[in-house]
Amino acid sequence: MHNKTIAELSAGLKDKQFSSEELTRAFIERAKQFDPKLNSFITLTEDLALEQARQADQRIQAGDNTPLTGIPIAQKDIFCTKDVKTSCGSKMLDNFYSPYDAAVVEQLNNTGMVLLGKTNMDEFAMGSSNETSFYGPVKNPWDLNTVPGGSSGGSAAAVAARIAPIATGTDTGGSIRQPAALCGITGMKPTYGRVSRYGMIAFASSLDQAGPLAQSAEDAAMLLNAMAGFDTRDSTSTELAVPDYQSTLNADINGLKIGIPKEYFGDGLDAGVQSAIEEALKEYEKLGAQLVDIELPNSALSVPTYYVVAPAECSSNLSRFDGVRFGYRCENPLDLEDLYKRSRGEGFGPEVKRRIMIGAYALSAGYYDAYYIKAQKIRRLISEDFKEAFKKVDVIMGPTTPTTAFNIGEKTDDPITMYLSDVYTIAVNLAGLPGMSIPAGFSENKPVGLQLIGNYFEEAKLLNVAHQYQLNTDWHRQIPGEFK
Amino acid sequence: MEWETVIGLEIHTQLSTKSKIFSAASTAYGAEPNTQACAVDLGLPGVLPVLNAEAVRMAVKFGVAIGAHIAPRSVFARKNYFYPDLPKGYQISQYELPIVGEGQITIELEDGSKKVIGVTRAHLEEDAGKSLHENFHGMTGIDLNRAGTPLLEIVSEPDMRSAVEAVAYMKKIHSIVKYLEICDGNMQEGSFRCDANVSVRPKGQKEYGTRAELKNINSFRFVERAINHEVERQIDIIESGGKVAQETRLYDSDNNTTRSMRSKEEAMDYRYFPDPDLLPVDIEPSFIDDIKQTLPEMPDDKKNRFISDFGLNANDADTLIASKELADYYETTVKFSGNETRLSANWVIVELSGTLNKEGIELNASPVSAQMLGDMIKRIADDTISGKIAKQVFEAMWNGQGSADEIIQSKGLKQVTDTGAIEKIIDDIISANPQQVEQFRGGKDKVFGFFVGQVMKQTQGKANPKQVNELLRKKLSS
Repeated sequence: MHNKTIAELSAGLKDKQFSSEELTRAFIERAKQFDPKLNSFITLTEDLALEQARQADQRIQAGDNTPLTGIPIAQKDIFCTKDVKTSCGSKMLDNFYSPYDAAVVEQLNNTGMVLLGKTNMDEFAMGSSNETSFYGPVKNPWDLNTVPGGSSGGSAAAVAARIAPIATGTDTGGSIRQPAALCGITGMKPTYGRVSRYGMIAFASSLDQAGPLAQSAEDAAMLLNAMAGFDTRDSTSTELAVPDYQSTLNADINGLKIGIPKEYFGDGLDAGVQSAIEEALKEYEKLGAQLVDIELPNSALSVPTYYVVAPAECSSNLSRFDGVRFGYRCENPLDLEDLYKRSRGEGFGPEVKRRIMIGAYALSAGYYDAYYIKAQKIRRLISEDFKEAFKKVDVIMGPTTPTTAFNIGEKTDDPITMYLSDVYTIAVNLAGLPGMSIPAGFSENKPVGLQLIGNYFEEAKLLNVAHQYQLNTDWHRQIPGEFK
Repeated sequence: MEWETVIGLEIHTQLSTKSKIFSAASTAYGAEPNTQACAVDLGLPGVLPVLNAEAVRMAVKFGVAIGAHIAPRSVFARKNYFYPDLPKGYQISQYELPIVGEGQITIELEDGSKKVIGVTRAHLEEDAGKSLHENFHGMTGIDLNRAGTPLLEIVSEPDMRSAVEAVAYMKKIHSIVKYLEICDGNMQEGSFRCDANVSVRPKGQKEYGTRAELKNINSFRFVERAINHEVERQIDIIESGGKVAQETRLYDSDNNTTRSMRSKEEAMDYRYFPDPDLLPVDIEPSFIDDIKQTLPEMPDDKKNRFISDFGLNANDADTLIASKELADYYETTVKFSGNETRLSANWVIVELSGTLNKEGIELNASPVSAQMLGDMIKRIADDTISGKIAKQVFEAMWNGQGSADEIIQSKGLKQVTDTGAIEKIIDDIISANPQQVEQFRGGKDKVFGFFVGQVMKQTQGKANPKQVNELLRKKLSS
């Protein structure tokens, strides 16, 4: 069962080829067998999963089911789940049990999905390799010496190894698309405001967006149907009807105009990645699409801009982790200041501290205009670049990442190099646009991701364009040898 | 040297919304600690603020009432600092773009002159929780019930020149927010409190002196005392050759002193930036127009109306408009009295307020309602009872013995206005007191009072005094 997409599993459940309980047990067994190699889960919720599976079976029996009822899912450990540990990959929240469910969790529970567990991630979603997790690095199922990407590395690795048929992730600067690319799966970051952020532990509020990590565009469409929607509890969510993303998957893409930004094919792009991407683009031409050269002139500014905006917001968002009300508290604090300093000093890892310090600096008196305000101005310029481009083209394509998966430990001492692994994904968050990564072949046996960028709220188009490619290729069907 | 005091106030008014500014938890005062703090107020991971539209409406109402500029777009910002009763590690406030811009408040000074005090801005923000230091054995308890309660911080220009002016300004703001029904004005519960920026300079000097900020003063009396104390302290420092330090000081009302909280060097960098969890607040002109239409009459307008339409003097009008409740009570009394505006004013100011004061009862708990008082005054006006008898009636109403009419009836207090009956009594008294009649007729006018007294005694005070006077004069002169 593990090599089936959720579209196929959904049909199997509907036709009673197997029950949700059987399906859930199968994935739990796989998790027990394979996850020790990967470390993709922080928490496995076996008992809860079986209970939810039995409830799902009753719903299916009663005909009260949705297409997702009974399908197991792994949730990134950034989403608050009632009575299940929500650690956000940090020692700070190693003891944290949320009294409420995140909007995304609530919505997926309502559809009758089954929670397999909570996946590993970079601490507070700050990282591009899953190496900053308090729970240790996740390994890439395609090569256990390499990283799965991050921050949603656990979700990506679990889906790539078919330990979970589908998973959720969050994407602040590429945290869904980059691990999807490095693990050879399909990931989507929806338009900012499309999915409620309520209950999703904030890293950078103006950039964070939840989305699916899936085996295929069709699966991503099915999950996004359940995740998307307006939520009165999130003031930044958009009150806009959610289309049925599945219904437009088969729309004809003949005549589709694909923008190719020259800035995404310059220095730093690995040759193997480039040739895989070029092959994928040729495939699109075969499908009737037309490639159009475009410019995104401010692309080079996206990484420095991001590393002002995101740390500034995180420096404030993470202030609530102070050892007072929940989370880690140091032993025997001498006084209030000692309580703060040691709880935070001992509870946060080095990357989180680095970003809090960068952010606090960027917001401090005398530097605010030079950093934060300037970054906001550049952010607008970056959005304008995309707006101009979308006057000429329907979607934009290029590589998701400059290289394939790198080795564990390779970039940990050099944050700048690490930050550059998100060079093609970050601008999409700054502009608030939807973006996807889909498997587009291999370079030296490691997956390459093709990035698709759409105009605001055109998730349906991206999924359609991705699906058409997947109908004609089988890269998304590849499973790493050890996990077949 | 002659010194001039310069004062600016930051007044924090707690808006009387039912729920908090960014969450659905109740704002009611006095609940068990931490029973009115939801996940959002606790700053749990993942929660998000959602702006309470009612708080925005109230802020705009205040801005409109003082003729201030209402920002078409205002922005919430985060003020970052660590404190145990500040759950998120930042306070959501407004910084660069407040909702209410410049406006003006006119205060009246003791000599009757008027002075305009500039309002710099008023912005919305959330209150913090409370740190409790008692009963925790050297530790600190945190009560987050108050966390997230909406505040409107009203910032004045440094336009006040004495503690008395500061108090007048604070009282004026207090009366405005109560008239607008946007704040209950309860100072004991902290619903209305202020920080005062105080400096002194030699009279005639243009530059301001170095200021100290006095924190968290929660009564009119304390404002006056704290400022006066601070002015003296600063003058003493300067006159003895020292320099006033720019600092934040805490007023200690028990000892009437101020003490340093933190110096300018220790001043925090709050690292303000726009809160990415909240959208800018856009206000349409039609929203402002709607509020203008529904704005209640403000104290100054009410005072003018009481003078021009009701024929009251300025003193009485001032007394009656001091609180909206009293003004409303007065107007209801007038209505039921048959428009006896001055008589009603007199009764409300003298008898009613006096009795409330004496008994220590708030107006809203008065056993005599405005309607009851109005009905009674109507009976004075239509000569059913005299003003003197009315005091008995009022007392009986206060003691719960019924309405004025019921009391007049049951106690037989109706005034005697039957000319024949009064004439008969007068005739009897004249014939029974020939000596006094002779004295009166002999020019001893003082004896007239004796006759009035006799008639009143015979009628148990119920005879119409005016009528008695007229009839007595006629009879005695004939």
